[in-house]
Amino acid sequence: MKLFFEKIRTRVQFQELFIPFLSIATSLIIGAVIIWASGADVYKAYQGLLQGAFGKPRAIAETFVITTPYILSGLAVAFGFKCGLFNIGVEGQLYAGALSAAFIGYAVKGLPHFIHLPFALIGGIVAGSIWGAIPGYLKAKTGGHEVINTIMMNHIMIRLTDYLVKNPMLDQKASIPRTPYILESAYLPKIFPSFRLHWGFVLAICMVFLVYFVLFKTTLGFEIRTVGLNQNAARYAGMNVSRNFVIAMAISGGLAGCAGSGEVLGLNYNLPAAFISGYGFDAIAIALLAKSNPLGIIPSAILWAALRNGAGLMQIRAGISIDMINIIQAFVIMFIAAPRIVRWIYRIKAEKGKAGMILTRGWGK
Amino acid sequence: MQEEILSLRRIVKNFPGVCANDHIDFSLKKGEIHSLLGENGAGKTTLMNILYGLYTPDEGEIHISGLKVHIRTPADALSHGIGMVHQHFMLIPIMSVAENIILGKETKKRGLIDRKESERRIRELANRYHFDIDPGDLIKDLPIGTQQKVEILKALYREANILILDEPTSVLTPQEGLELFAILRSLKEEGKSIIFISHKLKEVLEISDNITVLRGGKVIGSVRPEDTSEQELARMMVGREVILKVKKGEMKKGKPVLTVKDLVVHDSRGVRAVDCISFTVNKGEIFGIAGVQGNGQSELVQALTGLIPYESGEILVDSTPIVGNNPREVTGLGTAHIPEDRQKYGLVLPYPLKNNLILCSYYERPYSAHGILDFSAISMRSADLMEEYDIKAPDINTTVETLSGGNQQKTVVARELARNNRLLIASQPTRGLDVGSIEYIHRRIIQVRDSGCGVLLISSELDEILSLTDTIGVIYKGTIIKTLGVKEATKEALGLLMAGIYE
Repeated sequence: MKLFFEKIRTRVQFQELFIPFLSIATSLIIGAVIIWASGADVYKAYQGLLQGAFGKPRAIAETFVITTPYILSGLAVAFGFKCGLFNIGVEGQLYAGALSAAFIGYAVKGLPHFIHLPFALIGGIVAGSIWGAIPGYLKAKTGGHEVINTIMMNHIMIRLTDYLVKNPMLDQKASIPRTPYILESAYLPKIFPSFRLHWGFVLAICMVFLVYFVLFKTTLGFEIRTVGLNQNAARYAGMNVSRNFVIAMAISGGLAGCAGSGEVLGLNYNLPAAFISGYGFDAIAIALLAKSNPLGIIPSAILWAALRNGAGLMQIRAGISIDMINIIQAFVIMFIAAPRIVRWIYRIKAEKGKAGMILTRGWGK
Repeated sequence: MQEEILSLRRIVKNFPGVCANDHIDFSLKKGEIHSLLGENGAGKTTLMNILYGLYTPDEGEIHISGLKVHIRTPADALSHGIGMVHQHFMLIPIMSVAENIILGKETKKRGLIDRKESERRIRELANRYHFDIDPGDLIKDLPIGTQQKVEILKALYREANILILDEPTSVLTPQEGLELFAILRSLKEEGKSIIFISHKLKEVLEISDNITVLRGGKVIGSVRPEDTSEQELARMMVGREVILKVKKGEMKKGKPVLTVKDLVVHDSRGVRAVDCISFTVNKGEIFGIAGVQGNGQSELVQALTGLIPYESGEILVDSTPIVGNNPREVTGLGTAHIPEDRQKYGLVLPYPLKNNLILCSYYERPYSAHGILDFSAISMRSADLMEEYDIKAPDINTTVETLSGGNQQKTVVARELARNNRLLIASQPTRGLDVGSIEYIHRRIIQVRDSGCGVLLISSELDEILSLTDTIGVIYKGTIIKTLGVKEATKEALGLLMAGIYE
């Protein structure tokens, strides 16, 4: 055991994986202390959390239902980070995708499944892309900071969705304000008939590999990463920095739009006015935990989904508020953002000559 | 026999994988200028950081005036009378000279800063050492040389008896360098002791009373300047014979390859930085632009290489006019560019070596086809370049930020020279490099010229200009005030021209 630990301390490659892992473990320990301090049974609480997330096939399927939009929106944020952009607008882009997919899903009639579904899906992706490309364009042309603009775009899109769903897109016959149901020809089919898990999950996993391929194996990805790491060098190398900002934001928005479309086409089959996702914001945490590595998005999205899905049973079993989950998540992110704390706790030596993770540059130039 | 004020005994400092200081002994006498000479990575900075309390040594002792001391923080160092002038100044640009100097050691009167009293003390100090400084000036309005004086004053204000100067001349013009030396001498007269860190042989010989040479974390030897020569110091530093002056044959001048006519370029603040400049670089010729930094050289190079747009005038590569503001347009015409700031422009530091080696050609075959990168071609090419250009790194997947400055610059040089070029624009190509790397890069530049390329060399090092170029244009306030052949040029004449003094 001691030898094993020595190895980890010295092997640099392991650290990439180990810091996040230790962050999670430490957060769970702190969570346990808080549960204990509030007078509840730690064992029951964590047992409930685990069983709620993975206890039965149905629980696992539900965890993966939540994992699906988490993967896609986490990828969206990570893609932005790779270009040095902080896309806080994933939530709005997700709404844009959901809105567009819902509209194509119910309003376009008479298409066969193999055309209608891709049409609705791509419609959602394109809508998300456009919504993402706008702040990208503003940054490229005017220097307007994407953080500010994407936050504003979120407000616009969430309010716009609310208006559209309650007015022109409203299903008059429905008891709650929502759009009409999409046609069955636009459904993303279920994987197993008895669970809610749909093929969007598989699509999300495919997107992970696609994004990985684009980032690391194509010239486009090379440009985007270069711009993200050193804009001056990118320009020196003849890359068009502005163009890359717009493309990166469009792809990021497209992934977010895909997440929104999946929710409508695979899960809800309509878009309710009360559609509250929050995925776009959790996605920031997921991307941070994954250190913006596309492959890392899968486990970190599963973790987030498991915490969200297991929280209910934890509350029932141990009488702990589901907000406990937020505390644990907050600690995870804190440790990820400040890896020094984890290194200090576990006495892990820093990698030589490596600077900390740079996600985006600061404000202004 | 002067008294010994500082003695470092058997200092050892290990970093993972390297022994930065291996049992170093160093002794400083009162009223002495003692140079610490060594290549980048020889352990000079580590040793000084130990002395200044930024690192704690693994072994060894520090004695000041005969007493053993423990220095754990810079505050400890200051309390023992040790002051440091860093290579990169630690000044706050929007604050005044006085505010910067008293920062952290404010003279207070009823809890408020006593501005008058502190300004009076600073004036007194400045007069004593003949500094021409007004405590009320804002740092941002002062030239670099004056900012450095403020740093020195800051240390003196804190009653430092031992001053550490880390590569102080690397940011100075030749004139400012002379002024600094005068100041150092007057400090010496006053009984202050100075540790002068440098890798420039000439100035070390000129200013020092004693020289200690470090190599690979060890003391190679201590010599007095009158007993040694540049050649010997270089050999001690590098560990082998070094050719200080590159040999080059007669130039075989060909047709013009770069023609610049009445070029006007604005800097980022909209000020005319390059003012109607005209010159021609021919094939097989090294055209040197000599000048004190900040006379428009950076803007000129950036405009020529397409990094910034130009206002008016004409740039021709061969006979093709350059539209400007598009680096790839210029590269496409066969231009290589060694930028003045390799870390800011030339390299993506977190990238592995191989990515940096294809940074400007990733979009071409064989490195990619149809937008997909071909990593086997990239790796093969990178391994070849690494060997050919003698880049010392564990392998092509090593991130460039872990390489030494010399190897970083070799990476840039390898990438740029490996293309099929007709023109090389090299801006301060050896700035901050060690003797070995300088020698190497100089040889490569001569090779480029001998292969029939035109070379535009921008440098503020007169020695570099004189030993490499065939033709020299002296730039002053954004324009070339005189062009002359290297054979007619002398160091003195160039120095005057660079200061804007000409008939």
